[in-house]
Amino acid sequence: MNAPATPLLQVENLKVHFPITAGLLQRRIGEVKAVDDVSFTIERGTTVGLVGESGSGKTTIGRALIRLVNPTGGTIRYNGKDITFLRESQFRPYRKKIQIIFQDPYNSLNPRLTIFKIISEALEIHFPALGLEQRRARVAELLGKVGLKPEHMDRYPHEFSGGQRQRIGIARALAVEPEFIVCDEPVSALDVSVQAQIVNLLQDLQEELGLTYLFIAHDLAVVEHISDFVLVMNQGKIVEAATAEAIYQNPQDPYTKRLLDAVPKI
Amino acid sequence: MKTYILRRLLLMIPMLLGVSLLVFVLVYISPGNYLDALKAQRDIPAEFIAKKERELGLDRPWYVQYVSWLGRTVRGDFGESWSYRIPVAELLAQRAPATLALSLTSLVFAWAIAVPLGVFAAVYRNSIFDKLSALSAYAALSIPEFFLALLAVIFASQWGVFPTGGLSSIDHDYLSPVGQLWDYVHHLILPTIVLGIGGAAGLMRVMRTNMLDVIQSEYVMTARAKGVPENVIMFRHVLRNAINPLVTSLGFAFSGLLSGAVLVENVMNYPGLGQLIFQAFMRKDRDVVMAAVIIGSSMLIIGNLIADILLAWVDPRIRYDK
Repeated sequence: MNAPATPLLQVENLKVHFPITAGLLQRRIGEVKAVDDVSFTIERGTTVGLVGESGSGKTTIGRALIRLVNPTGGTIRYNGKDITFLRESQFRPYRKKIQIIFQDPYNSLNPRLTIFKIISEALEIHFPALGLEQRRARVAELLGKVGLKPEHMDRYPHEFSGGQRQRIGIARALAVEPEFIVCDEPVSALDVSVQAQIVNLLQDLQEELGLTYLFIAHDLAVVEHISDFVLVMNQGKIVEAATAEAIYQNPQDPYTKRLLDAVPKI
Repeated sequence: MKTYILRRLLLMIPMLLGVSLLVFVLVYISPGNYLDALKAQRDIPAEFIAKKERELGLDRPWYVQYVSWLGRTVRGDFGESWSYRIPVAELLAQRAPATLALSLTSLVFAWAIAVPLGVFAAVYRNSIFDKLSALSAYAALSIPEFFLALLAVIFASQWGVFPTGGLSSIDHDYLSPVGQLWDYVHHLILPTIVLGIGGAAGLMRVMRTNMLDVIQSEYVMTARAKGVPENVIMFRHVLRNAINPLVTSLGFAFSGLLSGAVLVENVMNYPGLGQLIFQAFMRKDRDVVMAAVIIGSSMLIIGNLIADILLAWVDPRIRYDK
């Protein structure tokens, strides 16, 4: 279908700026360059790690890719097609292909809805042909895939632990059979013992379903473990991009060195 | 859930005892009593007043009076109004429908305006609409109710479309049933607006703030990532999560259903419970005051219980039994 040379995702000179306004008339007095002229590519079936401190713009990149924030400039090509400035209705088909797993498993699930409703809401939109029974079967299958039981489907989010909730978040993202998932610090809100389980689950799912990940984290150890290629970000710019081994064996940029030094050694 | 409701209802008993005792003592220690108006008239002999005092039981110590009042009330007898010379229960029953009608219409009016306005103000945040609605809300909150009532009376007398006060017209009895109903409604419109506007303004601001809180939550972002259309996000995800504080406020509003609006009823001459209770306080018509207090506190407790039950019903995180 596609020429093998076309990467799944190509980002060129991406800019996301937020205006700073002040005063009664909300005059624009400047802007925050959250993402400033960033370029990278992600090959199909690989995992690209994106590391940097809080405020470095890594989450903004993730959100810009799935259009939760609007890019200011640059181009995002998905499968060779420019999707940077599509209208919401034009972007909807891509919501089926590109999904996101959020950092906070407590706040990213609506407390008023059952697990079934949370997961099947996306099915209703992207697979309108499925009936109720088929959707229940699909949700049960998804829960099984992430290590939960089908009977969990009629419970509410507050009845689960953090790790279980993150599994629900993953099942929710998988529901629409995506090709590409932005993992926005999916383990940083979890206990260390649970972190490994979730990272392993993500890797198993990648093998099984042929997924492509952009894995955002501030924890270098986790990123090294899961990534094929690593991008290091500082103040809205990518300061270093190399394979995982190269980054850890032989960091070039002083900022990367500082990040590596900051990893606690036991 | 049943045990929870039962426990809450049982808790009402000590609470009502405490409230009634407190109010009884306050009425007792405040200077003067119901017979002061008689004492002030020189041509009434002292023996007559002493006889009256014995009749009403005012010559006995306060705790004896309280126990005898309590004994009667527990058996469901609220006593007799000293100034109206009819049983208190009958008196309250005469006035209650008018107050209930006014409270309900103003409550519905306030909610019907506040919820949609609050939602729109949050969805179109910082738009002209948001700013205009904020301005009107602050204006409505700043104008005292009695002043608004006065304005309404002046407006009614100048314009002549609405009646200036009362519950019904002079020719009410000669109207057809439909005409009678319309007559009541016609008299309700202005008091409803006056009472409802202040409540609507407050509720609207609460609604807007809650909506904004929820709009920024991550699960709304999750819904966007799923590709859920924006209007479905607003109703299924945002509104349902933002409504909790309003449900709680409904409990307090319930308690107001039978206490009436003293200021507005007085200014607009609307014959509800508020007016009656105010007059009873002024004349120290003790049994009417006590009955009003008991009804008011019971309504408050029951209203809060209803709000808590409603919360458990709308929010799956809230469960009362283990």
